Amino acid sequence: MLFTMLRERVSAIYKANIMQKTDGLFLKCCREVAEKYPEITYEEVVIDNCCMMLVKNPALFDVLVMPNLYGDIISNLCAGLIGGLGLTPSCNIGEGGIALAEAVHGSAPDIAGKNLANPTALLLSAVTMFCHLNLHDKADRIQNAILSTISEGKYRTADLGGSSTTTDFAKAICDHL
Amino acid sequence: MATHLLRRRLTQILSHGSPNPTSHISVARPFSSATETIRATLFPGDGIGPEIAESVKQVFKTAEVPIEWEEHYVGDQVDPRTQSFLTWESLESVRRNRVGLKGPMATPIGKGHRSLNLTLRKELNLYANVRPCYSLPGYKTRYDDVNLITIRENTEGEYSGLEHQVVRGVVESLKIITRQASLRVAEYAFHYAKTHGRERVSAIHKANIMQKTDGLFLKCCREVAEKYPEITYEEVVIDNCCMMLVKNPALFDVLVMPNLYGDIISDLCAGLIGGLGLTPSCNIGEGGIALAEAVHGSAPDIAGKNMANPTALLLSSVSMLRHLNLHDKADRIQDAILNTIAEGKYRTADLGGTSTTTDFTKAICDHI
Repeated sequence: MLFTMLRERVSAIYKANIMQKTDGLFLKCCREVAEKYPEITYEEVVIDNCCMMLVKNPALFDVLVMPNLYGDIISNLCAGLIGGLGLTPSCNIGEGGIALAEAVHGSAPDIAGKNLANPTALLLSAVTMFCHLNLHDKADRIQNAILSTISEGKYRTADLGGSSTTTDFAKAICDHL
Repeated sequence: MATHLLRRRLTQILSHGSPNPTSHISVARPFSSATETIRATLFPGDGIGPEIAESVKQVFKTAEVPIEWEEHYVGDQVDPRTQSFLTWESLESVRRNRVGLKGPMATPIGKGHRSLNLTLRKELNLYANVRPCYSLPGYKTRYDDVNLITIRENTEGEYSGLEHQVVRGVVESLKIITRQASLRVAEYAFHYAKTHGRERVSAIHKANIMQKTDGLFLKCCREVAEKYPEITYEEVVIDNCCMMLVKNPALFDVLVMPNLYGDIISDLCAGLIGGLGLTPSCNIGEGGIALAEAVHGSAPDIAGKNMANPTALLLSSVSMLRHLNLHDKADRIQDAILNTIAEGKYRTADLGGTSTTTDFTKAICDHI
C-alpha cells in the first residue's frame, strides 16, 4: 500500500545560493519537468534546512530529488530515521527502463551461514521491483505481510531485538500472506 | 551535564588553557582578573536582534561580567571601503577588540554589495565555525543525550565560488582543499577538544570518493592528531555519520569537517536539539578573533513585540566568555539559562510557553 500510495509533492534539494551554476542548473531542469506535472506540488529546499527539517519533522517530506552527493547523505540520513540500512529498500533505475533493486546493507560476514540474518531490506527491495513491474497486487500483499510480522513482534531477528532465525522470520511472513 | 561541567573545570585547572603559540592560532588573551574590563563589539542586528541583544546585556550585568560593549549597526548605505553595508569602523572594532557578538542580520536585497556574512568572513579571516550542541534539559526532542561540538572549516571547500560552464548544459564546480586551511581548522579542533575536556575528535569525510580533496583534509587531521595522543581520533564517512547522528547522537564528541559537510552536519545537529533558535555558534578568525553569533533569522514578523527567544544569542555569548577564559561566569550564565528552561515556568512562544522576552530574561537573571 505504501509504495503505491499517491505522492503529492516533489522537493528538489540544493545549495544553489552557494553553488549557483551547478545546483542552479539542476534546479532549472527540475522546474522544466515540474511544469509538465501541474498536479504535483513542486518545491525547492536548501540542503542544510532539509536535514534540520528531517530530524525535527520528517513528515514534512514526500518525494525528494537531488544531485549525487546530497542524495548519498540524505538517503542515509533517512535510513537512519527509520531504523537503519537493515530495513531500507533500494532500487536503481537504468536507461531503457532497467530496474535493479538492492539491499544496501553490508554482507555481514560475522553472521553469515548462521541463520541469523534479517531479510527485511532485501524483501522490501523485492517489493519495489514488483511495483516497477506493475505487479501492485502482489507487492501490496507481500509488503503487508512483512509489516504485520514485524509489528506483531512475535518473530523478530536479533538486530530488531528478537531471537528468531531467518527461516522462522520468513515463515512467519509466509503465514501472513 | 554535571559530569561534563566537572570534567571541563578539572581540565582547565590542569591545563594552562592555551596551546603553544603557532602562526595559526593564539588564544585571545590570558586569563582576565575580575577587575580588568574587556571591550567586546556587539552587532545587535536586525529584526529581533536589538531585543535579544538587550537580554544579553541584562544577563551580563546581573552576572557582573567584566565586558564593555561597543555597539555597531549595519548601515543603510554601502561603505565603499568594505563594499558592504557593514562599515569599516565596525570591522576595525572587531579587529581591535578581537571578540564580538552578533545578532541576526538580514542582507539587504540588491546588487553591488557583498553579503554581510561574506564580508565578515573575508574581512576578519573567520576560518572555523564552532557550534556546541547539547540537549537542553526540559526541552524535549526525540534526542535526549546530544552533547557534541561541530567544527566546520569555513573558507574553502565546495564553497570556493569557482564555477564555470563547460558547454551548454554542462557546468563544473571546483572544490578546493588546501593544506593550510585544513591544518588550521584541525589545529583548532584538537586545541578546543583539549581545553574543553573533550575526549574524541571525529573527522568527517568522503575520501573513498573524493580521494584527493577529502584525502588531503584527512591527512592534515592525522598530522595534528599525532600531536595530541591523549585525544582519540577517528574518521567517519559523511553518510554513515548522518545515519549515526539520527540513530544515536551520543556516539559523537567533537566533529571536524570541510565546509559543505560542516554546513549540513551543523544544521542537522541543531535540528536534533530543537532548532536554530536554541543553537549557539562562534566563528574563529586568524589571530584569535572570536565572533559569536546567533544563527537564526531576524524574524521580522515578531520584531518589536517582546516575543523573541534570546536563548541562541545568550548561549552564543556564553561561548564568547569561554573563549575569553571567563569560565566561571560562563558556567553561571549557562546554568541559569538551562535551569530556567528546565523549570518550564518561563518559556517563550517558540518553546511552547507564553512568556515575553523580558520575563524570560528576568527569570534567567533571577537564577544567577
